[in-house]
Amino acid sequence: MFFYIIKRILATIPVMVIVALFVFLMLRLSPGDPAAVIAGDYATTEDVERIREQLGLNEPIPVQMYKWIAQLARGDLGTAIFSKLPVTTLIGQRLEPTLLLALCTIIFTVLVAVPLGTIAAYKAGSWIDRFVMLFSVAGFSVPIFVLGYMLIYVLSMQLKILPVQGYKSPFEYGLWEFLRHMILPVITLSVIYIALIARMTRATVQEVLQEDYVRTARAKGQSEFKVLMFHALRNAAVPIVTVIGLGIALMIGGVVVTESVYNIPGLGRLVLDAVLARDYPVIQGLILFFSFIYILINLLIDLSYTLLDPRIRY
Amino acid sequence: MLKWTRRNMLAAIALAIPLGFGGMAATDATAESVLRVIPHADLKNLDPIWTTAYISRNHGYLIYDTLFAMDENLAPQPQMVESWTTSDDGLVWTFKLREGLNWHDGTPVTAADCVASLERWGKRDGMGQQLFAVMDSLTATDDDTIVMKLNAPYGLVLESIGKISSNVPFMMPARVAATDAFEQIDDYTGSGPFVFQKDLWVPGSKVVYTKNEAYVPRSEPVSAASGGKIAKVDKVIWTYFPDQTTAVNALMAGEIDYFESPSNDLAPIMEANPDIVVEVNDPLGNIGFARFNHLLPPFDNVEVRRAAIMAMKQEDYMAGAVGDPKFWSTCYSVYPCGTPLANEVGSDVIKTGDIEIAKAALAASGYDGTPVVIMQPTDVPILSAFSLISAEKLRAIGMEVDVQAMDWSTLTSRRALRDPVADGGWNIFHTWWIGADLIDPMAIGFSGNPDKGWFGWAEDAALEEARSAFAMATTLEEKQAFGRTVQERLWAIGASGQLGQFFTPVAYRKNVTGLIKSPVQFFWNLSVD
Repeated sequence: MFFYIIKRILATIPVMVIVALFVFLMLRLSPGDPAAVIAGDYATTEDVERIREQLGLNEPIPVQMYKWIAQLARGDLGTAIFSKLPVTTLIGQRLEPTLLLALCTIIFTVLVAVPLGTIAAYKAGSWIDRFVMLFSVAGFSVPIFVLGYMLIYVLSMQLKILPVQGYKSPFEYGLWEFLRHMILPVITLSVIYIALIARMTRATVQEVLQEDYVRTARAKGQSEFKVLMFHALRNAAVPIVTVIGLGIALMIGGVVVTESVYNIPGLGRLVLDAVLARDYPVIQGLILFFSFIYILINLLIDLSYTLLDPRIRY
Repeated sequence: MLKWTRRNMLAAIALAIPLGFGGMAATDATAESVLRVIPHADLKNLDPIWTTAYISRNHGYLIYDTLFAMDENLAPQPQMVESWTTSDDGLVWTFKLREGLNWHDGTPVTAADCVASLERWGKRDGMGQQLFAVMDSLTATDDDTIVMKLNAPYGLVLESIGKISSNVPFMMPARVAATDAFEQIDDYTGSGPFVFQKDLWVPGSKVVYTKNEAYVPRSEPVSAASGGKIAKVDKVIWTYFPDQTTAVNALMAGEIDYFESPSNDLAPIMEANPDIVVEVNDPLGNIGFARFNHLLPPFDNVEVRRAAIMAMKQEDYMAGAVGDPKFWSTCYSVYPCGTPLANEVGSDVIKTGDIEIAKAALAASGYDGTPVVIMQPTDVPILSAFSLISAEKLRAIGMEVDVQAMDWSTLTSRRALRDPVADGGWNIFHTWWIGADLIDPMAIGFSGNPDKGWFGWAEDAALEEARSAFAMATTLEEKQAFGRTVQERLWAIGASGQLGQFFTPVAYRKNVTGLIKSPVQFFWNLSVD
């Protein structure tokens, strides 16, 4: 397995290079100009041109690309055009809120979705099953921002039990303040994943429950709880973990919306701001970072299969 | 798999206790007065000379000071300057700095710092460039005396170095002002009433300013940018909200004290809350414009431009894009209504607002059916609405119109192109200027020089002549006369369509007091009870 991991890590290098080149070219070929944004509304054409020159944006694209790749090779993601801060600093400032939001969402999602899906499968056709399916359809259908505004209206504005917005670091403000500010964003972001994973869990567990070894377990006198937990759910784990992994990767899009609605200063908002301002180094750095995370998650999922299913070996 | 053994539970509790108490400790430490603000935009860069962005200008006012500053009547008043004299021929100006001025690092402000700051500003700002064009020398004769020698009498010396909006001639230490005017500064030492906390700055989210305890305010009462700048709170925190709905909710829930620029359409929701005050703080508001590209057909034809302007009825634009009439008014002067130079000379063309008359004028103009490309910035609601209204009006008078949707960033880069439409060029874009930037003919938007002028590149020698004459005029009567000539020329050449004057309110909780009426947002004098 060690060689497999090394092979997979090495395989990320060409992927990252292709992503880097693609992102660089896409940005340079798409409309928009950071110099015009910097100069402001009342600058003259002359001013914009001087700023472009200063930023090196007038250099031929291959020269700009060469400089960027050389920078990357030194492990430097560059400096933001607007704030003049290193891209790594910007990512570092925003990493904690996004990471904790994603982590809390995953934990909450798994804790809710897997039991819901399992119970729905076990009680297939019952009102619980119908409720879970109804929830799944609703969860898929309601856009994140609509749900976010609804939760803010009810829980923050009317009942006044939770804050409207913001992020409080647990390391600075304590666990309670952190959780108070995280409850609504986590619920908002997790609903769609709960819907997805509960549905997937239901289908997979229901299939496994028809297997001979489940019947054997029951015949041996195992309790229904044990049958569900150690025979059905464990054997259904591989597809469920795959969906959870894909969900984490897809979460990047949801994070952008959730962070905007709840005013959380995370990476999602950094992407959005950088795109609107055409801050090329920040966009490039972030896309590379997200690509790396995506690849890493996929690797971890693949490795987790060996723990969940002893038949899988690399 | 993690099991809930006694050991694991103890470990979890051990982790939770310091985190929980950390929160209590953080709460105990917050006894200082803090003004929590939602600014109108994200502070993306920190050099108010490098960019004309208003948010950088507002940041500048917090941490820097100016030699002169405009009062509420838009008259320049001394700020860092104690006294000044002018020679009889108006060519030599001597400024003496007041005592007690120090940079945030404790070193004294010197005349040499101010000379370096003015020189850097003069390389970027339009009014600065004009001033330096008539300047023979600018020197520091001792630590607190600046001498400016001109080669001709100039009527806008104090108006230039005391200008209220971008680029404001903020004073910086000489070592900072030595930075190339086209490069960003990276030292944010000022001498203003607040100190920028760089370590706490999170671009796109949070900016923190603390009170400058050593600042010595003037003794005069505050009046717009002039008078005593007294910091009445210990800390000002800007938190940028990308979402207006969340911002309004945060204000109403008491998580924020002051919202600088809420959308007009959200005003009724906030007005219904008894703890919130919604009011117009900027008496000059903003002026909406439809800017033509004078280089490309069909708007290279003055008669086509004037025909289009005749169709642009201000009431329709204001009602459609701004809404509630209490937030807008018509204004047929190129200078904002309510300012000293405002007048209606030559404004018949923009008062027309009649499709039939405009249609007849277009027919007589020789318009050949060339399609008109309107750039529509869909991420700026007011400008997006202006674009759609213009499209309907131009179609109604018989023009072919192609509305091209894009974001504002794309528009700002594309409007710099002088190329034909087929190569990315354009015919019309819409924007607004804050009233304070249009109070006299020196505004770049009024330029008639296509080489150095604003996007759209209007060309008119008589216009440029009148603008130069205005700059040299030294009496109010002369200035008003040249101001009228400039306006006449602007309407005669159909430089832009003018779409009305509108006002964006501010909203704040009732515990905030001391708001300064001004076209620019200031944070001194504000307190939180």
